[in-house]
Amino acid sequence: MTKYPKTAGETLVSIKDLRVTATTDSGRTIEILKGVSFNVRRGEVLALIGESGSGKTTIALSLLAYARAGCHFSGGRVLFDGVDLITLDEGARRKLRGNKVSYVPQSAAASFNPSKKIMDQVVEVAEIHGILDKASARDKAIGLFRSLSLPSPETIGDRYPHQVSGGQIQRLAAAMALLGDPELVVFDEPTTALDVTTQIEVLKAFKSAILDRGMTGVYVSHDLAVVAQISDRIIVLKDGEIQEAGKTEQIVGAPAHPYTQALISAFEPVEAKAAGSRLANGAVLEMRDVVAGYGNMKSDGKPHIIAVDGVSFALQRGHSLGVIGESGCGKSTLLRVAAGLLPAASGACVLDGKDLRPQVSARSKEELRKMQIVFQLADTALNPAQTVGNIIGRPLTFYHGMKGETRDKQVIELLDMVRMPAQFRHRLPRELSGGQRQRINLARALAAKPDVLLCDEITSALDTVVAAKVLELLKELQRELHLSYLFVSHDIHTVQSLCDEVMVMFGGKKLETFAAADLHAEARHPYTKLLASSLPTLDPGWLDNLKQDPELVRKFAHA
Amino acid sequence: MTVSTAPRRKIRFQIRPIAAVCLLVVLFWIIVALFAPLLVHYPAGDMVSYDYFGPMSKEYWLGTDYLGRDIYSRLIVGTRYTIGIAFVGLILAALIGITLGLLAAAFGGVFDTILSRAIDTFVGIPNLLLALVIVAGGGSSIPILIGAITVIFFPGCYRFTRSMAVNVNALDFISAARARGEGHFYIMIHEILPNIAGPIMADLGLRFVHIILLLSGLSFLGLGVQPPNADWGALVRENMIGISYGSPAVVVPSLALASLALAINLLIDNLPQRIRDQLE
Repeated sequence: MTKYPKTAGETLVSIKDLRVTATTDSGRTIEILKGVSFNVRRGEVLALIGESGSGKTTIALSLLAYARAGCHFSGGRVLFDGVDLITLDEGARRKLRGNKVSYVPQSAAASFNPSKKIMDQVVEVAEIHGILDKASARDKAIGLFRSLSLPSPETIGDRYPHQVSGGQIQRLAAAMALLGDPELVVFDEPTTALDVTTQIEVLKAFKSAILDRGMTGVYVSHDLAVVAQISDRIIVLKDGEIQEAGKTEQIVGAPAHPYTQALISAFEPVEAKAAGSRLANGAVLEMRDVVAGYGNMKSDGKPHIIAVDGVSFALQRGHSLGVIGESGCGKSTLLRVAAGLLPAASGACVLDGKDLRPQVSARSKEELRKMQIVFQLADTALNPAQTVGNIIGRPLTFYHGMKGETRDKQVIELLDMVRMPAQFRHRLPRELSGGQRQRINLARALAAKPDVLLCDEITSALDTVVAAKVLELLKELQRELHLSYLFVSHDIHTVQSLCDEVMVMFGGKKLETFAAADLHAEARHPYTKLLASSLPTLDPGWLDNLKQDPELVRKFAHA
Repeated sequence: MTVSTAPRRKIRFQIRPIAAVCLLVVLFWIIVALFAPLLVHYPAGDMVSYDYFGPMSKEYWLGTDYLGRDIYSRLIVGTRYTIGIAFVGLILAALIGITLGLLAAAFGGVFDTILSRAIDTFVGIPNLLLALVIVAGGGSSIPILIGAITVIFFPGCYRFTRSMAVNVNALDFISAARARGEGHFYIMIHEILPNIAGPIMADLGLRFVHIILLLSGLSFLGLGVQPPNADWGALVRENMIGISYGSPAVVVPSLALASLALAINLLIDNLPQRIRDQLE
């Protein structure tokens, strides 16, 4: 991807056998990094990729000579320009940070002080290190804003952090990192929290800034497709060890290690179910003209803030309906309305031909049993004080009146259904991994013996490989139990692989509904096309070749 | 299929030395309070020596007071009054406060607002003043003292429980329970309470110290436990002039009070990390 002649070759950073350990609450010592070694050459962008807990952020922070609270360096060296960062004292480390090595965080919104103007925070680095005087630092910042294609670069610095969008603040954080002309920039998942359409703008801005300056960077991410666009080399990590390292083209094109292959296979284009492959045999769940929102009711009977605005759909028995859209489009609210957690202001919700009351408290036990909701974050969806057995067992007692041994047997059966060993019913949620928790979450919903499952982004918080397994499980369960899914997601790939039909939402309104196989058909709504084209692919040239209608982007993307 | 039994859960707490010492001190006073009748040497109200403000001796371990009564016996009996009244008052205040706090969090809305504002009015009155008013109105007897403590301390329990419970109430597993159709009481008892029990226990410990100090304050003003009986605060008050004679009669109950208050405070400050995490 070298467009600009780089002075590559010289080694800037050399990490040798780096070990980091952490002490847990109970006093046990765990090794987070188990001897990691690699080099970063001047002018290259190196990507660290791996799932949560693989140690990628720990490595990135060690480049700033920083270990998170509870962690400490227990061996190895981090040589930056020949100086071992680990042996430096705190004063010398401070001189290094922001000056020679800078950091772009995952959540820029959380790293800006909400009560100070953006410009004052961006130029702070220059003041602290005495690099530039205030006026020239401002000029330089405005130049950076321009090169990161931020709107109105002259005045955006006079705003407060809450007055800019998520994509903009991420680029402003990058400007802050670049102000001191650092020799190395560490990007820590800077686009993970953004919507796909926004992510493209930010990625483009980062890429051109990197190329213009011939920057050296370390880019941490869990998303192989994003990394493929921006990096020269990729290091694949798992459990604190390097699995594979190589040039981007090699890793993406011909991965050698089985783990990398598993990561890549999760990206393979899915075969969408052919339209009409299964006959519609009557709607199990139907919603008509639903309006719902938050805040007090206005005089016209509508809520103050409308989140779902006149949405109608019908979910066929045994089918899956995917709801996609970006954050704030009302897709999760729609699920909460269906579950009765947020009573609709108007409109009808029909389950099995019977009208449901809007509030959950007004619905009968039988109506509630037929429709179960599964939440996105399994960490908070499971009561941390109850064992798995009690969590799954409660719906059995509640809906089916099971007790004692019958209940225990059923719990074991449900665990088996979600491919978990029976012994797990004695565990507490914190003793499970993210993927296991999501399975328990699913088992609890299945315990009610429902007809409809309302799934709220249930794979979004999971690592790629784990998410693929959960999706596979969902498909099997659908076949076995004849379930119907209302599946909310922001990821068009996930929806396409699981669902028969797809509904696209924007700004609380339904834009269109179509058969999953027809996603790429010509007749799609322009926003659907934009969404579909915004998802990065493994092709390293994808970002450069991407052509999107700027008019469309302006209209729909929140960048 | 083999049906396995639940393995015994190992509690992996790292116990700090200072916490262990404090726990021993607290346990010591609890045992003293429980077995007081077996430990006393003389009936607490009897004048047993002609020597007032006498020094520590073989017969009178901790000396004698301003009427020649045995301080050791009076201290032991005083422990019963101090810890007993404070404990019963705390339990009552906690029962009322925790129940109302959970109700407010689970029901929310107007109910929560009205209850919270109503209870806020109690918080506006200084503790000692409210105690003085209650005791002045009802006379000083042990049930009145316990009632005063309950009235004064339940708003704090309520506010603490409510603030913790509201946080838990916003989590997804509560939404999941509500979507399942569970009632408010199931959610209060089974979903919310187990998650906030640790911090609440720690908070109650601190409140216990406050109660003991308030009770001693009342007794010091002469409104607490009435003669010939005395709790620790009353012991300090009646022997106050003894301080100029260097008598142990005033120092010993003060030390007892300080040791218990300090021990409970330090114990809670040094609780295992897992409970402390929940507290923050």
